[in-house]
Amino acid sequence: MFKIVNREEMAQGTIVLNEIEAPRIARKAKPGQFVILQANEKGERIPLTMADVDPEKGTITIIYMIVGKSTAIFGKMQVGEDYFAVIGPLGKATHIEKKGKVVCVGGGTGIAVLHPITRGLKQIGNEVITILGSRNKDLLILEDKMAKASDTLYICTDDGSRGHHGFVTDVLKDVLEKEDIKLVVAIGPVPMMKFVSKITKEKGVETLVSLNPIMVDGTGMCGGCRVSVGGKTKFACVDGPEFDGHEVDYDELSKRLQAYQSDEKMSMDICKKAAVK
Amino acid sequence: MVETKVKKEQTPRAKMPEQSPDVRRRNFMEVPLGLTPEMAQTEASRCLQCKNPACVEGCPVSVNIPGFINKIVQGDFEGAAITLWQKNALPAVCGRVCPQEIQCEGKCILGKKGTPVAIGYLERFSADYAREKGTVELPKVASKTGKKIAVIGSGPSGLTVAGDLIVKGHDVTIFEAFHQSGGVLVYGIPEFRLPKAIVASEVSTLEKLGVKIETNSVVGATVTIDELFKEGYDAVYVGVGAGLPRFMNLPGENLIGVFSANEYLTRTNLMKAYLFPEYDTPVARGKNVVVLGAGNVAMDSARTAMRLGAESVKVVYRRSRAEMPARAEELHHAEEEGIEFVLLTNPVQFFGDEKGRLCGMECLKMELGEPDSSGRRRPVAIAGSEYTIECDLAVVSVGAQPNPLLTNATPEISLNKWGNIVAHPVTGKTTKKGVWAGGDIVTGMATVILAMGAGREAANSIHDYLTIGW
Repeated sequence: MFKIVNREEMAQGTIVLNEIEAPRIARKAKPGQFVILQANEKGERIPLTMADVDPEKGTITIIYMIVGKSTAIFGKMQVGEDYFAVIGPLGKATHIEKKGKVVCVGGGTGIAVLHPITRGLKQIGNEVITILGSRNKDLLILEDKMAKASDTLYICTDDGSRGHHGFVTDVLKDVLEKEDIKLVVAIGPVPMMKFVSKITKEKGVETLVSLNPIMVDGTGMCGGCRVSVGGKTKFACVDGPEFDGHEVDYDELSKRLQAYQSDEKMSMDICKKAAVK
Repeated sequence: MVETKVKKEQTPRAKMPEQSPDVRRRNFMEVPLGLTPEMAQTEASRCLQCKNPACVEGCPVSVNIPGFINKIVQGDFEGAAITLWQKNALPAVCGRVCPQEIQCEGKCILGKKGTPVAIGYLERFSADYAREKGTVELPKVASKTGKKIAVIGSGPSGLTVAGDLIVKGHDVTIFEAFHQSGGVLVYGIPEFRLPKAIVASEVSTLEKLGVKIETNSVVGATVTIDELFKEGYDAVYVGVGAGLPRFMNLPGENLIGVFSANEYLTRTNLMKAYLFPEYDTPVARGKNVVVLGAGNVAMDSARTAMRLGAESVKVVYRRSRAEMPARAEELHHAEEEGIEFVLLTNPVQFFGDEKGRLCGMECLKMELGEPDSSGRRRPVAIAGSEYTIECDLAVVSVGAQPNPLLTNATPEISLNKWGNIVAHPVTGKTTKKGVWAGGDIVTGMATVILAMGAGREAANSIHDYLTIGW
């Protein structure tokens, strides 16, 4: 059904890439859109923004970090195995237009989501400055691809093992100081998007962020992915997943992402115990 | 003749055996257990076999009610099921979830002086008997016409359209957004009211007749209606339901622990969160639960919360008991299971703790004023009556709106001001040639049987279109 045709491990096996056969989705998908995946009949429905699509080959690519039971199951699946369900393309596509100089800021697996958007922004004629962050050099993904998709690339690591020793926001401040930036796209962990948006708001630079809240159906049916944007409730699945970074209530989003923390831990513990046996 | 009539009226209406309330409130097994063959025959013999049966007029799909009941009297239970199937593709479902009291049974002549024939119980009995026996012949399929129909959505109206058109010899494919077919019958209505094995069996009957089902297909996203026409479909039926939950826009509504009924029920029913951690999807298990709204979906949510282990479940409703829109049977079942009705009470805001989790709900007490546009007495707030209900889970069940995902992608289909598809009241034709619509996407939230009735009419119209013309 939805066969894995390629699988790669990144960041010392903590992040996994799956290229999956899904011809109908591949024909339609645009940068910024997401799919919902379910590994097996008893599995959870997990939303992931697509990292790449190949309409000719009929495949889509997802890149995810192993953080809980569902991603652990995804990560164990090998080439030739099938996902039980893949639904999409969902959400609104990124509005890619020529602005002039733009900055793309990525962290963690957000870099995978950022890549097709960065590529699109460059192709349409923008000058793209990219800033990537990770905890250390071994956890950084897609550096080569991002270098190709950008005019200038900065790397930041928390421990200084590669590039700037510090956060992406340090470099962003510098860039905003020196250059006339028209747009910032920030995709990564919630705190990263929050602090990037704080800086760009002070400078009055338009900022797009891509959110990944908890979802069930991904089509507007359940409302589980509610986010507050500009004081109004939006559904990330149909109104997003991209929003004006200056308007998002990040603190609420962070809390809502913890809704099932204890259930997730229980699930993971049972999963680990079973693996030990 | 007169003597028989008196006798029939004196036979008491069958009482449905049920799981006792204190047991069933903690399990997900079906509440009513079904009639025995003896009970069914006794009940069926109460039917007067009216020459002009009012019950049939009360049925949105015009089931031959005296006909199937007569088969039960004769002990031909399979024959009863076949009679049902002539007009109703989902009798095991309808026997359980139809509001018979305002339809067939509401019109039964016996109900004028005493209690109506338990038509719903008998429908359920026949359908269950035939399914469990598994020997009943499938309806005959007409010779192939070579025409292709796409049915969007596999809920009650879509399944009806598919069943009717496959029998007429057309090629039918259902497109379902979820990984499992059944629509609201699988994601919305809980296991204890409609076992999912029954829905699966009804769907599998359609598949045996030749209906193809493409799950994981969100029409409007995965494929558009125009692309379906390009792929060779001759007609399209849109039965996508009312899939966008309504919230109340109250402060604190985005706290963890406030759910739409859609999410709460989808997690529990479709994703089987009541079997967590055997199934991977979790659902919040509240200790003190409030359910906002008083329709059937609210009752389903409240009874689900009780089964998931709640200590207290309160249904909070701003009007009085008389205005509660849920079926009498649902209200009765809920109360038996220990669910409290907090009436003439309107939520004002939600309170959360430092982690963003719900811990209370402020309410205002109401009194009934003058009748409003719906004819119901308008609830008016009593000034200064604010008080707080302690709760850690709130399920908002105040209705649903049409989901714009498909209609946004198909601008030629006209919508009314609420976003519902404008369809011809009889045929179900939309403003786009070759496209029909029916069920909740046209009417707004209604019942399973009304959606099926719309599907029946649309199927007839589609058949005319494919054999005669638009």
